[in-house]
Amino acid sequence: MRDLLGIAVFVAAIAAVTWSTDSGVLLTAIMMALYATLLAQAWNLLGGYGGQFSFGHALFFGTGAYVQVIAQVTHDVNAWLALVAAVAAAALIGVAVGAISFRYGLKGSYFALVTLAFAEVFRIVALSVGFTGGGVGLMLPLHESFANMQFGSRKGYIVLALGLVTLALLVTAWLRHSRFGARLQAVRDNEDAARAVGIDPFAIKLGAITLSGAFMGAAGAFYAQVFQYIDPAIAFGPASSVEALVAAIVGGMGTLWGPVLGAAILHLLAEFTRNMFGTLPGVNMVIYGAVLVAIVMFLPRGIAGAGASAVSVWRASGGRSG
Amino acid sequence: MAEALLGVRSVSVSFGGLRAVDDVSLDVNAGTLTALIGPNGAGKTTLFALMTGFLRPDSGSVRFAGRDITGQAPHLNARLGLARTFQIVQPFAAQSVRENIAVGAHLHLAERRAALAEADAVAHRVGLSAQLARLAADLTVAGRKRLELARALATRPRLLLLDEVLAGLNPQEVAEMIPVVRSIADGGITVLMIEHVMQAVMNLAQHVWVLAQGRLIAAGTPAEVTSDSAVIEAYLGYGAAARLRKAAEANS
Repeated sequence: MRDLLGIAVFVAAIAAVTWSTDSGVLLTAIMMALYATLLAQAWNLLGGYGGQFSFGHALFFGTGAYVQVIAQVTHDVNAWLALVAAVAAAALIGVAVGAISFRYGLKGSYFALVTLAFAEVFRIVALSVGFTGGGVGLMLPLHESFANMQFGSRKGYIVLALGLVTLALLVTAWLRHSRFGARLQAVRDNEDAARAVGIDPFAIKLGAITLSGAFMGAAGAFYAQVFQYIDPAIAFGPASSVEALVAAIVGGMGTLWGPVLGAAILHLLAEFTRNMFGTLPGVNMVIYGAVLVAIVMFLPRGIAGAGASAVSVWRASGGRSG
Repeated sequence: MAEALLGVRSVSVSFGGLRAVDDVSLDVNAGTLTALIGPNGAGKTTLFALMTGFLRPDSGSVRFAGRDITGQAPHLNARLGLARTFQIVQPFAAQSVRENIAVGAHLHLAERRAALAEADAVAHRVGLSAQLARLAADLTVAGRKRLELARALATRPRLLLLDEVLAGLNPQEVAEMIPVVRSIADGGITVLMIEHVMQAVMNLAQHVWVLAQGRLIAAGTPAEVTSDSAVIEAYLGYGAAARLRKAAEANS
């Protein structure tokens, strides 16, 4: 109940800010922060709640992006139907990769490496085959209309992104209060203990990677609609994988609001350092990196877990002095 | 006579050159409270793993409730009503006691609310009511042992395999835990426990199997097995039984 209330307040706040401004800079910032939130929340479903750290979520992102563009350009499919297809395709890739990796019990860094390898394989395949346009990439022609999911202003895209983020938040809230979610977290915390109480870890993890892939695919489709151009490096390169996992880890894995906070704060930080040190190339990345290291060092549970981290530090120091 | 609830037939498993469990057969009858004892490294926990499907035997078979479950995955066995606890406690550390037990309750209850309510009821049975909101990681050893028991109990098992739920507890905690185990058995759940604490075994078990170096060396009532010379030698070394007997004669 509290989760649902929080989500309602969040949606209302974003909507209120969006409708009370015409600043292009601010609207773009909101749109990109929502997009980053979607990436982070998608990763969080599998990584945060399932404990399966993917380093190759670009696999799902790129699948969604390519299906979104190819369906429209090559097959003349309506953009909204293309979105459905993009999400379904990414979910299917999730099933396939999950079935292969979890069947053989891959965990931890092995799972991370396998997902990374899959993403790279898809990138190379996308470079080599004809229907992706190869290295030249694919353009989505500009035809602004609601039916084409191309909006005249940023506000249209914000509504779309907000809708997808809300859906991701609702699914996350459901995970927190359902049998599936309880089982997923049980598998994350202790797989043997989970098996002993009748949980099939394979089925549970497969469900999680499917959900996670679906939302990542939606993020890829959204990207394609906004920027109207994709190539193999954008779609399957490591950028989206890293953005998704860093925002989720910095914000707080396995929490409802952590990925939202992480995405917003990292986005603000990136904007700020770019504006401050734009004349000195590279400095912005150095500062961005330093802040990341500091957060990971001092807030191991992420920003959303800052309270809990503080409590345990306080307890540990109390234990030493007493 | 009806078939035993759990029937183990000539089960063996080796790790490399070590025969950890060697041709073990035993029957656990429904409604009993029995114990499996033996020196450290005898293969007791390995035998539990073979019964519950965490390990697959090299040879032999395991039957539960009338079906062959040899090598069947643990989660399927749990659904049949075969639950176990772990000697080295395995809590879902990041979750509260209530959430931990609810994971077990979810085996039969799809509704979150119903599972949480069941968790409260089970916690009451094992004396964890006061700790429901605490993180599993914050519990004492005694609390964690109770949590292991509660989580297994929440799956509504027919047979509960308890792997040293008394190990590491102080005498008072042991004394508090014994009635809990007895009440579980009185509630109609068949219990087989691995235990080193002889006070508990003598107190609780109707029948005891003794495992040493992977083989069953004795079986019977607690009084019978503790006076069995093979059992005494397994624990205390070759010739110990004769020396004890001589000492007893000299004293009398």
